[in-house]
Amino acid sequence: GPGGGAPLENANPLIFRRSGERPVTAREEDDELPDSIDDREIFDLIRSINDPEHPLTLEELNVVEQVRVKVNDAESTVAVEFTPTIPHCSMATLIGLSIKVKLIRSLPERFKLDVHITPGTHASEHAVNKQLADKERVAAALENSHLLEVVNQCLSARS
Amino acid sequence: CLENTDPRTRGRGIQLLSQVLLQCYSLLREKEVLHLVLFYENRLQDHHLVIPSVLQGLRALSMCEVLSPGLAVSVLKAIFQEVHVQSLLQLDRHTVYSIITNFMGTREEELKGLGADFTFGFIQVMDGEKDPRNLLVAFQIVRDLIAKNYALGPFVEELFEVTSCYFPIDFTPPPNDPHGIQREDLILSLRAVLASTPQFAEFLLPLLIEKMDSDLQSAKLDALQTLTACCAIYGQKELQEFLPSLWSSVRREVFQTASEKVEAECLAALHALSACLSRSVLSSDTEDLLDSFLSSILQDCRHHLCEPDMKLVWPSAKLLQAAAGASLRAYHCVTRSVLPLLLEQYTKHPQSSQRRTILEMLLGFLELQQKWGHVEEDESTLLSLRDPVCSVVFSALTDPSVQLQLVGIRALTVLGSLQGFLSPSNLELVVDHIIRLALHEEDSQSSEAAMEAAGSLAPTYPKVFSGHMVPRLEEELQSEREEESSRDHCSLRQRCLQALAAVSTHTSIVRETVPVLLQHLQKVQKGSEAGNTKDVVSVCQSLHRVALQCQQDAEGCWYYHQTVVPCLLAMAVQAAMQESTHSPLGKALLEEEVLAAMVPVISAATTHLSPELAAQSVSHVVPLFLDGEVSFLPQNSFPCSFQPFEDGECLEAQRRLVALLMAIVCSLPRNVAIPQQERLLRELLALSCSCNCPFTATTAAKCFAGLVNKHPAGQQLDEILQLAVNRMEPSLAEGPRQMQALTLLLWVTKALVLRYHPLSSRLTDKLLGLLGDTELGPAAADGFSLLMAESPDVLHKGCHADVRIMFRQRFFTDNVPKLVQGFHGAGPDVKANYLKGLSHVLNHLPKPVLVTELPTLLSLLLEALSCSDRVVQLSTLSCLQPLLLEAPQIMSLHVDTLVTKFLSLTSSPTMVRVPSPCQAPFLHPCPFCCPHPGLFQAVRIAALRCAHALTSLPTIVLLPYKARVIRALAKPLDDKKRLVRKEAVAARGEW
Repeated sequence: GPGGGAPLENANPLIFRRSGERPVTAREEDDELPDSIDDREIFDLIRSINDPEHPLTLEELNVVEQVRVKVNDAESTVAVEFTPTIPHCSMATLIGLSIKVKLIRSLPERFKLDVHITPGTHASEHAVNKQLADKERVAAALENSHLLEVVNQCLSARS
Repeated sequence: CLENTDPRTRGRGIQLLSQVLLQCYSLLREKEVLHLVLFYENRLQDHHLVIPSVLQGLRALSMCEVLSPGLAVSVLKAIFQEVHVQSLLQLDRHTVYSIITNFMGTREEELKGLGADFTFGFIQVMDGEKDPRNLLVAFQIVRDLIAKNYALGPFVEELFEVTSCYFPIDFTPPPNDPHGIQREDLILSLRAVLASTPQFAEFLLPLLIEKMDSDLQSAKLDALQTLTACCAIYGQKELQEFLPSLWSSVRREVFQTASEKVEAECLAALHALSACLSRSVLSSDTEDLLDSFLSSILQDCRHHLCEPDMKLVWPSAKLLQAAAGASLRAYHCVTRSVLPLLLEQYTKHPQSSQRRTILEMLLGFLELQQKWGHVEEDESTLLSLRDPVCSVVFSALTDPSVQLQLVGIRALTVLGSLQGFLSPSNLELVVDHIIRLALHEEDSQSSEAAMEAAGSLAPTYPKVFSGHMVPRLEEELQSEREEESSRDHCSLRQRCLQALAAVSTHTSIVRETVPVLLQHLQKVQKGSEAGNTKDVVSVCQSLHRVALQCQQDAEGCWYYHQTVVPCLLAMAVQAAMQESTHSPLGKALLEEEVLAAMVPVISAATTHLSPELAAQSVSHVVPLFLDGEVSFLPQNSFPCSFQPFEDGECLEAQRRLVALLMAIVCSLPRNVAIPQQERLLRELLALSCSCNCPFTATTAAKCFAGLVNKHPAGQQLDEILQLAVNRMEPSLAEGPRQMQALTLLLWVTKALVLRYHPLSSRLTDKLLGLLGDTELGPAAADGFSLLMAESPDVLHKGCHADVRIMFRQRFFTDNVPKLVQGFHGAGPDVKANYLKGLSHVLNHLPKPVLVTELPTLLSLLLEALSCSDRVVQLSTLSCLQPLLLEAPQIMSLHVDTLVTKFLSLTSSPTMVRVPSPCQAPFLHPCPFCCPHPGLFQAVRIAALRCAHALTSLPTIVLLPYKARVIRALAKPLDDKKRLVRKEAVAARGEW
């Protein structure tokens, strides 16, 4: 994996409790009633993404939180803020990219995605946000087979 | 040949001799064996090409019973001296191990005479062994050396070295390994060696500490598990020197690891260490290491419990609990220091979420105390902290946070289970809290948890609960409050009813609650409000729960049966007679929903009766239904006579009560004779065929089937069955009662299929024939679900029915070929019936059986995917999904069809076909044939799961479809149903 052998940047992070599976409601089981795409549904998509460094999920590291996910189903927009564990985290771009790829793969095409760093939580916030917002750069990054492999590893299901 | 100069030829000669000996070693005489042994020992010095055959011969001789004393030792000495075992091939090395194993099995005393030389010889034999098959045997030999007390002499360390060099096991079986040795086999086998003697401790413990620090998770786990195993035989002498390092490794792992497995093994190891130290017998001059060990744990963990950010609280608490759980002594030592601290922390932290964490930790310690049952007066910290502990728990119960309340309720249950802990005044407060939460707490989770707590505490404090809680509930139930809205009042009554049932976990309480419930039932059934059907059903549900809770106690069970059953019968009979005289009172009791709720109550009150008492009860009930004999009912002055089996339109209501008759007679143990059984069967048969009311006709058919299933085989049974067939056949052919006849056919077939009765195949064939009928076909197809599914009220194991365990498999084997044949021969308008019937059979078959049988049905299943019936689609998809995972080779051949069909089923069709209204709503509550609100999305979900499972086919097969599938799966990502979207995300992500 990335940084294999090198010391971890944040060796002893604070760990947060995982939220359980979303309980299925009677409404959801009824064929007739539509369920709109809500914040929790988006959060469920990204909370189990693996951190590139720790054997932990983004949720456990509090990198993503449900309150920092905003979705508007009618207008087809999704905004996700993520918070790197430390302000100099060099993995921020990779984490952002993983979130973005997961959402691209999992959401209908109509959605416009905005993935950015929680304001004031990272030293190079502006630069990272700019990279993540640049469609061409994201596409180019995913052409890079090494990078794609790392992203896929972050997105793979945990054993 | 044996003297030929060419070693190859000599070798062949000895090989022949050895093969002969392997066949006939048991026939040899002592003298022959002696000669052969001397010959073979001598041959060990021969050319290396000859050695393998020599060893084979010695192996044959090692199995001879008549081997003279001394020869075993001499053979082994010769092998140790002449043969360099590790330069032999695997098979030949294995032969050497077999010779040693054989001698150890039969000549133990002789080998022990060799002293430590034997051990040393063996060490040289196995030194450098690489093959896993041989290692398993070699490890077993070492275990025996140690377990049977062979002299190890000065070779303890060498023996340790020659085995521990394999630790931790790093072995991955080659693909297609025919020997089937798993990594786990070697791990366990080596662990058994390493943890077999305290003599290894001084060498092993440093090794384990080193491996716990390894980067490899598997090495960590193995080291921890081995440590745990060692603690079972070590004493404090062995551990002493290494305790500080062991503790620091365990602590580091628990504080840092992200792996739950590593954490769990660390905690298990710490528990084992603490248990080992607690157990050690001390001589008067040694220090008790447990105290110093625990104080180092406390020193390292305690302060984390007070850190304001609560960062390492959980790891610390788990470590402390693991150590404390090992013995009562350890528990006292840890809790003396930790409990006051936790109580103080609770008061310091005002936020509910933090309080919850602290209380959860406290709960962990309380649960440990539970392990030792009672609270000892003299030593217990817990007892001295009773008041602060109670006040913390009570404060949690009144906190607005539901999560904190729930932990508080769990703590309350644990405190209550510690005998002698709660004082009488505490107990009253406990009951007050439980009542408040059960009845008035808005959140249903807390309310239910409080009721469960009442149920689990009631057997310990029956007087407190029957004296305080039951009267309060009764009062609430009877009060008619004007000021509250009727909806609140209604839900309060519901809660009261549930609480009454929940607390009925002790005989003395049951005697209080059952009359309250029955009285309430009397009251609501007389009411004329619109909602009282629901109320009556609620009371029945509570009564049912009480019945289940009484079943294990013979006395309670009989009390319940005697009190409840006649009372329910009397109320129902009364209502049915009033119905006949057109009075509106008591109508609720006759509704199908209510009768259906009374059936489980009566059934549960009957199934666990002793045969004598059951016979006594049924001797009243059958005459009631056959002859209107009402004298045993509590209120037995009725306006007219009870004659449910008579003709007459005004008796319609009375006939419905056959449901209650069924609940009793079909729940009896099989050895209880039913009075007038033949007459009863004839009446039921007539009713099931002639009654116009679907509910009554179905119930009569079920009751008939339930009795037939338990009826002893013989002429009487054959006669009554013949009678049934004679009545069914003409009605099935034509006329207004076709559905009744089909219902009867289904239930009787089920009764006979379950017990493997010979007539069952004839009836099943009849049913198969009906699938081709344009009118009855669809209902007959749904009937296959009735045959295969567990029925809730009759014909299941719980009510003592004769159910052979393999009946579904047998039905499958007997009838699926006929279904397939029928399908191929059927006209286009009825083909779907066969598929549907097949679907029901497949749905109820255990998955492992399905997977082996399905390949033969594959072409039919692929055809079924195009069927427009949702039930068929759903069932077919759920059959194909495991098949994709388990038989990818076969499925790969059909990948094109599968991809196309699955993708077309993953999105909602634009033209929605309304599911055909169920043809026979009264047949059986079949999960598919009756309106099932989620059937449409269930099909889409199943199709997406299949699309997901397709990814387990070989990549080369899938590659051509990749782009198409990913494109097609974009559509269900925007499905209107969330559960469908979830599956789509998973499937698309995998592709």
